[in-house]
Amino acid sequence: MARHEGRGMASVNYPIGMNLGGDPSQALIHSNPDGKFTVALSAIDLGQGMKQVSRQIAAETLGVPIEDVFVDTADSDTGPHDMGSFASRGTHRMGNAIIVAAREARGVLLEAAAEELEVNASDLVTDGRGNIHVRGAPSKTITVKATAQAAQFKQGKTIAGRGIFLIPLSAVDAETGEMNPNTAFAHACLVADVAVDDETGEVEVLRMTSAYELGRVINPRMVEQQLVGGAWMGISHALYETPEPYYPNPEHGPRDFNEYLMPGPGEIAPYHVTVLERPAPDGPFGGKGPGEMCANPVLPAIANAVYNAVGVRVDELPITPEKILRGIKANGGAKPGPRRGGPVNWR
Amino acid sequence: MLEMRKDIFADERDDNLNVIGKGLQRQDAPGHVTGRTRYFDDHAFEGMLHLKVVRSPHAHARIRSIDISAAERAPGVKRVLRGADVPVNKNTLLSLINFGKDDEPTLAVDKVRYKGEPVVAILADSEAQALAARKLVRIDYEPLPTVFDVEEALKPGAPVVNETYPGNYFEYHERFDHQKLRFGDVERAFSGADIVMEHRYQMSPIEHAPTETNGTIAAPEQNGRFVVHSCAQGLFFALGTTAKIVDVESNRLHFIGGTVGGGFGGKVDSLTEPLAVLGAMLTGKPVRFVLDREEEMLYGSPRGAERIYIKDGVMRDGRIVARYIRSYFDAGAYTRLSSYAAIKCTAHVPGPYWIPNVASDIYVAYTNRCPSTAMRGFGVTAVDFALEVQMDRLAEAASMDPMEFRILNAYRDGDMKPHRRAAKNTALVECVQVAAEKANWPLSEQAKRQSSLTGGAGERGQIPATTVDTKGQIGRPETRTGTATQTLPAGTARIPLSKQPVMEGARDGRAAPTQVPRYEPARPAAAATPAYAPPPYQPASPPAAPSYQPAPPPVSAPASPAQTQHGAVRFSSVFGTRRR
Repeated sequence: MARHEGRGMASVNYPIGMNLGGDPSQALIHSNPDGKFTVALSAIDLGQGMKQVSRQIAAETLGVPIEDVFVDTADSDTGPHDMGSFASRGTHRMGNAIIVAAREARGVLLEAAAEELEVNASDLVTDGRGNIHVRGAPSKTITVKATAQAAQFKQGKTIAGRGIFLIPLSAVDAETGEMNPNTAFAHACLVADVAVDDETGEVEVLRMTSAYELGRVINPRMVEQQLVGGAWMGISHALYETPEPYYPNPEHGPRDFNEYLMPGPGEIAPYHVTVLERPAPDGPFGGKGPGEMCANPVLPAIANAVYNAVGVRVDELPITPEKILRGIKANGGAKPGPRRGGPVNWR
Repeated sequence: MLEMRKDIFADERDDNLNVIGKGLQRQDAPGHVTGRTRYFDDHAFEGMLHLKVVRSPHAHARIRSIDISAAERAPGVKRVLRGADVPVNKNTLLSLINFGKDDEPTLAVDKVRYKGEPVVAILADSEAQALAARKLVRIDYEPLPTVFDVEEALKPGAPVVNETYPGNYFEYHERFDHQKLRFGDVERAFSGADIVMEHRYQMSPIEHAPTETNGTIAAPEQNGRFVVHSCAQGLFFALGTTAKIVDVESNRLHFIGGTVGGGFGGKVDSLTEPLAVLGAMLTGKPVRFVLDREEEMLYGSPRGAERIYIKDGVMRDGRIVARYIRSYFDAGAYTRLSSYAAIKCTAHVPGPYWIPNVASDIYVAYTNRCPSTAMRGFGVTAVDFALEVQMDRLAEAASMDPMEFRILNAYRDGDMKPHRRAAKNTALVECVQVAAEKANWPLSEQAKRQSSLTGGAGERGQIPATTVDTKGQIGRPETRTGTATQTLPAGTARIPLSKQPVMEGARDGRAAPTQVPRYEPARPAAAATPAYAPPPYQPASPPAAPSYQPAPPPVSAPASPAQTQHGAVRFSSVFGTRRR
């Protein structure tokens, strides 16, 4: 009886936004009299970081410091319509709507500054630190705050913007399945190292190594949070979870977290992610979104690693010790596959 | 641990940005870590009632009678609701985008179709009183035959789960019992392949298991309005669904949410909003309806199971020449969003690879289980599991390393996908190369030299001559087998390309941006440019033409007549949707 190590991989892509389009997002942005901005949305922050992604995109486009932007979501009386937070659509759809709104607001801001400085608005730039100045002449300058005050109390201008982003709904051909499903796709490849005990059927995920291509990364810490959390979910889907353990027999459903199996702290595997950025032509600053895909490659990579370790294919999830032991028995013992590569290049 | 590889695709990016790309602390982090963030359930109202539902103990049964008289007299009970009290007691979530038929009651009327289906709702002063009164409701059921297996459900003579779809399948395009994908001629390619392999895969159902269970607090406001504290993943989606079911204008509902304790797809079904609002309307009091953990686990609608059959044809040199997928989505008793997922799955076939002949038949089957719904990777996660295990098998059969096998078959810029749109902005090859390098998985020099930017397009960018068929007509299960009826010539495309998004212009004469800002490659920096200078705003410039123009398909056949099944041609007040 022994523990067999195995290695498997999987590569995937993932569509960004609702399939077929038809899922609009809107944003409204306005400044208070001191040049501090509020972004009003009806997008949902599920914990994934919708508010912060929106905030960074708004601050970048407005050209003001991040501290001068807050995101207010979601109130149906004040936030304009958004389809919702699902289908990995938040960053792409709402991000684009925010850019449109922020550009409009920035346009008024620069017009107001131009009037104060008696120059052309097209000659003005922002420094991202709260100042507006003439391109190539940094001494000819005015603060965003002074500009907002002048716009409000002197010029009678509203520094505000509105934005919508919509990919029109596509039809689908009944006979061929032809359609316009999506405009942006993210990519990933993941390697899982596992150890399988041929006496107990237990699988331990030793470590995972992945590469994700997500378009422009808006906030790397939040990307890390999504990818690492999602990988845990992938381990859980692959090896533990199901509300119907004998599907399609519906019996024996779990009622709480004591009965519903999930990996605990002891089952978390070290994980290294490398992120590539190939900007999406229609993404906000090229952003796509890592929301949903982060669990997807983990399931097959673990299944393939289990096969590499003991020669058992489990084609019905989850991969339980029972299924592995039955497979080993049917094969007349564990049948380890070829070793693939050496120790990982990270610690 | 996260590492950025800025060197790859560096010439496609301008990294001279101010806050994009920075790992800044989240706006909501202090509130979350100090426990001060307010979620829907952090709103207390004086005199708030608690709503609990009585659920069916049977997976399939006729309701002979419902007796609520004892429950109505129970201590603390203010109101007991049955199906007849729900103004519009039949809905389907995607009716908001005109997709599918209304098929699901808020409270079951003649029949229950899954174990746990809500039949009666009780409103009481306390949760304990509502739970106690729940036991006093007497419902007389006549159990009916059940079906739990997706393929059994599709056989003639299977018990009819949901009378709206009497064949136990979702009806596509008012023509077929499944969604088709046809690209090239898979049958001919299989007969010419060196290796043909078919396997069956089964994805399990999964519970979303959010920390915060589904729930809603609704309270009367002034002017006949109601404030609704919601954990919905789509605020206006929940608002629109609720407005339809309780039959009020959308502006009588004031939804507040946006801060949700985990969703993963389990909070798009509006499980609690309509009854909470209806309870508040009928009693004039604030109402709290929150699922407990057991309800969330058993009846909170899981990720649906999928059964997937994949058949592949491969040449000895490792090239995949044909792929056919037959898949069954287990919708449970009602459609919810499964009909959408099957089309998303169709668009995803055959995975991130270029294969010259591809076909799939994807079914949405109804069974007597809790309706399944969206979950992270909806329509894709299960088929990715099946595809990638199949890829591992194919690599072994072709005596190839699994990584090299992926790189050989990876799709690249300009390759035609089976849904007849060219791939662009691809990066699968690079992901495989980088993962191999970090994992110390040796690749051949040839594999290391491959790129997503080259090797695609050309012949791989064409739409092949395609065999089509009329298999699987609605109401005619005997038509599920048969042969191709027609061959469409190479280049045939029938669906117009989606127009690039058009932004609203200025209404008041003030110039406004007229297009989506597009990422533009870095230009050589001028000597005196300040550290940060986004493109200047130009007040008077005319709208620029969109910078991205999709290439037209090689040959455009006459467009088919407008399709009604897929939706919203016209948008109205809330979503724009046509109200029933």
